[in-house]
Amino acid sequence: MTRAYLERISRVEPEVRAIITVTDELALKRAQKADKLIASGGDAGPLIGIPVLIKDVMCTKGVRTTCGSKMLENFVPIYDATVVEKLNDSGAVLLGKANMDEFAMGSSTENSSLFPTHNPWDLSRVPGGSSGGSAAAVAAGETVYALGSDTGGSIRQPAGFCSVVGLKPTYGLVSRYGLVAFASSLDQIGPLTQDVIDCALVMNAIAGYDRRDATSVPYDTPDYTRSLVADIKGLRLGIPREYFVVGMPAGVARAMKTAISKLEELGAEVDWEVSLPHTPCALAVYYIIAPSEASANLARYDGVKYGFSYQAESMWEAMEKTRESGFGAEVKRRIMLGTYALSAGYYDAYYLKAQKVRTLIRREFGRAFEKYDALITPTSPTVPFKVGEKVDDPLQMYSSDVCTMPVNIAGLPAISIPAGFVDGLPVGLQIIGKPFSEETILKIAYAYEQATGWHKRKPNI
Amino acid sequence: MNFETIIGLEVHAQLLTKSKMFCRCRADYASAPPNTHVCPVCLGMPGVLPVINRQAVEYTIMTALALNCIIPEYAKFDRKNYPYPDLVKGYQISQYDTPFGRDGWLTIEINGTKKKMGITRVHLEEDVAKLLHRKSADGEVYSLVDVNRSGVPLMEIVGEPDLRSSEEARQYLVKLRTILQYLGVSTGNMEEGSFRCDANISIRPEDNPESMAKVEVKNMNSFKAVYQAMDYEAKRQRQAVAEGWKLVQETRGWVEEQGKTVAQRSKEYAHDYRYFPEPDLPPLTVGREWVAEIKARLPELPEDRRDRFVAEYGLPLYDASLLTGSRTMADYFEECTQTGAYWKLPPDTAAKEVSNWLLGEASRIMNASGIDVSQFRQKINPGELSGLILSAHGVINTATAKSVLGEMFHTGKEAGEIIVRRGLSQISDTRQLEEVVIEVINSNAQPVADFKSGKETALKFLVGQVMKATRGQANPALANEILKKRLTEG
Repeated sequence: MTRAYLERISRVEPEVRAIITVTDELALKRAQKADKLIASGGDAGPLIGIPVLIKDVMCTKGVRTTCGSKMLENFVPIYDATVVEKLNDSGAVLLGKANMDEFAMGSSTENSSLFPTHNPWDLSRVPGGSSGGSAAAVAAGETVYALGSDTGGSIRQPAGFCSVVGLKPTYGLVSRYGLVAFASSLDQIGPLTQDVIDCALVMNAIAGYDRRDATSVPYDTPDYTRSLVADIKGLRLGIPREYFVVGMPAGVARAMKTAISKLEELGAEVDWEVSLPHTPCALAVYYIIAPSEASANLARYDGVKYGFSYQAESMWEAMEKTRESGFGAEVKRRIMLGTYALSAGYYDAYYLKAQKVRTLIRREFGRAFEKYDALITPTSPTVPFKVGEKVDDPLQMYSSDVCTMPVNIAGLPAISIPAGFVDGLPVGLQIIGKPFSEETILKIAYAYEQATGWHKRKPNI
Repeated sequence: MNFETIIGLEVHAQLLTKSKMFCRCRADYASAPPNTHVCPVCLGMPGVLPVINRQAVEYTIMTALALNCIIPEYAKFDRKNYPYPDLVKGYQISQYDTPFGRDGWLTIEINGTKKKMGITRVHLEEDVAKLLHRKSADGEVYSLVDVNRSGVPLMEIVGEPDLRSSEEARQYLVKLRTILQYLGVSTGNMEEGSFRCDANISIRPEDNPESMAKVEVKNMNSFKAVYQAMDYEAKRQRQAVAEGWKLVQETRGWVEEQGKTVAQRSKEYAHDYRYFPEPDLPPLTVGREWVAEIKARLPELPEDRRDRFVAEYGLPLYDASLLTGSRTMADYFEECTQTGAYWKLPPDTAAKEVSNWLLGEASRIMNASGIDVSQFRQKINPGELSGLILSAHGVINTATAKSVLGEMFHTGKEAGEIIVRRGLSQISDTRQLEEVVIEVINSNAQPVADFKSGKETALKFLVGQVMKATRGQANPALANEILKKRLTEG
């Protein structure tokens, strides 16, 4: 099985370019070990021997972890992230490390300082980002599943763009230990899979409290596969109108209506007229909080201890030049944004205010969840855009995540599932739940998936 | 014009926890080879997360309680951002506006008057790595980084600008260190850098409520250095003003060898630490039951112990203050009182005698050899010292006992052994002493005549001669008695 996937990788990778490092030797070794264990009748869980691709932002001991950055192009971690440990323990076979926007900053994987990834459904288009490599690889059949990370939509948006399933768990459900931090209060690790069952299986393996992550929640995780019952009768679903933004292509809006009607057909009680008026603030809040945290998180890359190091006469020059030439344009832009927002005299107006609005957004969701079991929205306002189309317009690029960012700001779980195609390009449906209601959104996703079968469609590549 | 000196001290104390502030590495790195007490977390590797050391938080709250602070219910950690190669993450996890303790005080005594010195805040943070500057054979200057110290819990105690002299600064610092040592939260060792002090000092014209520009003084590595630097700086600022200079707010470093402060090169970066709440650590609720429980566990503090020493042992306040000035000294004293030898001493004077020995000869030995009580204790334990004190009652005289103590210290042998080997037992045998007395009378005709003509002081001289003839072994009281008898009878 591993060999088959490695062959598939070497066949499609020249066109898709989803993978930064292929760990073929290691993968075959692990696969053999898994075979032996299965043959000996050992305790083999559902993930044993199954190939996985991990976004290159999670530390893998002895396997280079670049974060899509020149800064860490040759960085080899000395420890495994908790999720990597957990997958190793469940016998997973690591195929390699997936491409991404540099330090997970971006929505198209064009910000990778190594190379851009292409959308398997249309190679002239982007796969979304920042977990674009993970999503494209799952869509192109280069791996059974992948892990991604989601700070403002980085799992769900590429999942939508590539027509795969992507779940961002509740903040604190999956340990962040070993996930190279972008914005600590927003980052979460989650699975990208071909269908909802796989999603539940992977969640079973990676979710749970970790004493090494003080923000992980002591929560008794259930068996997520038990919620996969295609029965959503009586579930109350809200459709917040603010997510159907101005300028949304008619095709996408139509696909959404069709998808929601399907849920109604399946017995859910749908309220089409929900309003979450603070939604438009989410983008502004996000672009204060995320860069602020990032400006500190990325301060450690100074060329002194590891990674890229510029050789210069003086210490200060070396540190400055390391950062100047080691980071790409988008990363530098966000470090500057964050540094500015935290500066003396600006802190109250930006960071503090953003935190207050964050509380408002959280409360607004809280009130909505008193009435609804889940909220249904599009994953993105558009279908995948062309490579190069938005690289010179950061604001356009940022607004690609308007539907996903509010979820991170409130720390909620949300899943993106395939919901059809517009002119042959994928559209994603986002299901947002209250904290720790992964079972509910998985159930809705499963019911929809079983009723539509969009997940069975594969790109011609 | 007359000026008042205004000083506020900022103290950093490393906490005596087993593990570091945010990881499980051992915090005690004193004897460890460089970069051996490290892990991904304290190395600041990508992807790592901090986990709060509960013991460090308890020690900080304990200290804050001992310093009469308010313990707020809400506390959080913040990131303090600045670039430097000894700061592995590019930010230090500290506490900005929610310290564990605030608005406390400690008391010092100046010329017999108690003064309350304000404590602004007590907060917790992590220490940084250590830079070792080197020069290669061909003259190239470079630096090495030792990460062992990175992440060691560091408690900061910020004092109010309530100190008015270098002596007050010294006393404040000594008192603070004593408290930390009593609590057992820090070694308080300044020379080793586990107890560090920076000072803010300014002068204020008598007729003006506003003080002049504040100067921050760094690089003071001993109590003496703090005293001298404050003294120097107070004079320098007055002189500068007298000469018509305008004082500027600046950072100055104390240069021990030259006995002066010098302006430090202004930093490359203006300081804006861009503090913001540490998102990797949820805020803490400091439960009232927890605080009460910590409070209940507080050990006896220096002043309480001093008062108890007066009440329980009948010691003079002066002795009690000195003995309780360090926890190890006070412990040593109390251990002496629990030995068998102590109970054989005259009950009325026993405590005072032990005190005299500790504050006298024992302290002299410690000072002369530059060691502290715990090191002294390794050579002479309380049982051995008490034994010696008992010997000084009859077996040997006081002067001999002092010399025996010196030998005990240098050889590690017990008092009894030394006394026997050196044949030091006092001559209390009347017949033996009479022979010596006769000899002394015969060979000192003039003093004998003096005494007989009523000069009492001559007797002292003659006793001295008896002591000399016996190489100090004569029991002086007995010698005195025999001499008097012979002279008045004969």
